[in-house]
Amino acid sequence: MISLESYLLVSSVLFVLGVISIISRRHAIAVLMGVELVLNAANINLVAFNHYNGGALSGHIFTIFVIVLAAAEAAVALAIILNLYYRRASVNVDDINSLQG
Amino acid sequence: MDTIASLKYIIPELLLTALIVVVIVMDLLLRKGKESRAGYLTLWGSLLILAYLIFSPAEIHSLFEGTVVMDPFARFFKIVAMAALVLTVWVTFYTESLRSYFRSEFWILLLIANLGIFLLVSSIDLLMIYLSFELLSLMSYILTAYLLKDPRSNEASLKYLIYGAFSSGLMLFGFTWLYGLTGTLRIDEIHSAFQNGLLDGNGLALVVSFILIIAGLGYKIAAVPFHFWSPDVYEGAPTPFAAFLSVAPKAAGFALLIRILNLVFSGEGALSSEFWKIIPETNWTLFVAILSVASMTLGNFVALQQTGIKRLLAYSSIAHAGYMLMAVVVLSQAGISAVMYYFIVYLLMNFGAFFTAIAVENKSGDDKIASFAGLGYRAPLLGLMMTLFLFSLTGLPPTAGFIGKFNIFASVIQAGNHWYWLAVVGILNSVVSLWYYARVIITMYSTNQEFDASPLIVERPLVYILIILAIPTLFLGIYWAPVYDFVLNSLHFFLPI
Repeated sequence: MISLESYLLVSSVLFVLGVISIISRRHAIAVLMGVELVLNAANINLVAFNHYNGGALSGHIFTIFVIVLAAAEAAVALAIILNLYYRRASVNVDDINSLQG
Repeated sequence: MDTIASLKYIIPELLLTALIVVVIVMDLLLRKGKESRAGYLTLWGSLLILAYLIFSPAEIHSLFEGTVVMDPFARFFKIVAMAALVLTVWVTFYTESLRSYFRSEFWILLLIANLGIFLLVSSIDLLMIYLSFELLSLMSYILTAYLLKDPRSNEASLKYLIYGAFSSGLMLFGFTWLYGLTGTLRIDEIHSAFQNGLLDGNGLALVVSFILIIAGLGYKIAAVPFHFWSPDVYEGAPTPFAAFLSVAPKAAGFALLIRILNLVFSGEGALSSEFWKIIPETNWTLFVAILSVASMTLGNFVALQQTGIKRLLAYSSIAHAGYMLMAVVVLSQAGISAVMYYFIVYLLMNFGAFFTAIAVENKSGDDKIASFAGLGYRAPLLGLMMTLFLFSLTGLPPTAGFIGKFNIFASVIQAGNHWYWLAVVGILNSVVSLWYYARVIITMYSTNQEFDASPLIVERPLVYILIILAIPTLFLGIYWAPVYDFVLNSLHFFLPI
């Protein structure tokens, strides 16, 4: 029997990897992959908590919604990145700095 | 209440959805060059929904198996968002920079974003909160990228997207821990679970979850240190949308912040008694107070160096988020009502300042503060109204901004002497803010500079919109009782039994 802690450990590692990837990666698509990791870490949490806490299926259902929303977000993100690529021929986050931050 | 029985209580949402569908269909039928008709339909439809909201009864209902609540508090924020939408849609007809992109999509996306706000302010279930949060965010990304050929708009949308996706991911991760601790997604049940001693030994998990949730909410209200997107997005986005962004999503973020912090993370009597306490495991009021001080100070000091009016207003809106956060940490009915009153005032004065910027931008083609040179002589009425809006943003009497700020400071001082330092920091910050607002006014009226002396002709309707905003900005500084009564009547929440 795998314990709840094991699942939480996996999800925490995934979360940290996602955050590191968002902060350190320079390619816009890689940053988005980091966001997906964070969302999937949350999904593992939800499913694991639902399984071990029992009760209604709200955790499982939440996961399905998160997957759908991640797809919608990826669609919008790719459209924005593609448009940027047409104009600049680069999707490197460091090159995109004409607005002084 | 089950799904079918709930339907008759969500008429504003249904009307808004119907309006979205009608505008989409109408867009398909319209001939090229007649797109503005869809915009007029959006404007009149939104006005109708706004009127319906104002006259709808202030009742409390829990709908859709307890995932959505209709309470006067949510209704208040819906009214603010709807008013912001009406003004934004109205001003798009007179925005030069949007002319070459005149398509119905702009209004449709704005309406959907507003639907997201409607759901966000009334949802009480973590799943519903996340869904409506993302609905609002996704529409905002697209609207920011709306000026496809403008590199600034492209860049702003990418930055907005990355920060937005990151912070909503953090918030979601925080939600999952809240769910894991309590086994329920409804925030009223989470509140009850914490009251019944479920927390013993789980304090650390709760603190982690709190910090992650604050990251998501702080991003929506643009509080330091989650503010990085806001100046770039305000500069790159179409100016009417930047105005919308500075008020409506911020209002939704504050509504959610008040609901979550005061239900999940507060103890007995939360939202119902005059004062209440936090749950002892977290010391979040101090944490949020620090965010508030950081937002005010950074917003005001960075605004001092700005040369663009949109960036200046962006930093000013960060500072205003800081002022409003002050009233959230004091955990009192007075604090919440001060925030709500401030949003009405903020809607008027911030939209006024943004719309004056649009009027200037239409002629000059850029958003530099230098373009305001001589405005007081080139368009005397416009200059006068801009002065009023900026004084109000500073908080000088006799403008509405003074009363708004006064309420906030009063609520902080009432909360006891351990918050006096916060009020002092807030007042010092207001003094700093006078400097950069006054700099714009000096640019408008100074004769020691070169400027084009020809009169600036502004389209009539734009002047009317500004007059509509300017009159209450002045009037609410002298006689505010009816509006304040309305705010107090809206101070009723859905509460766990």
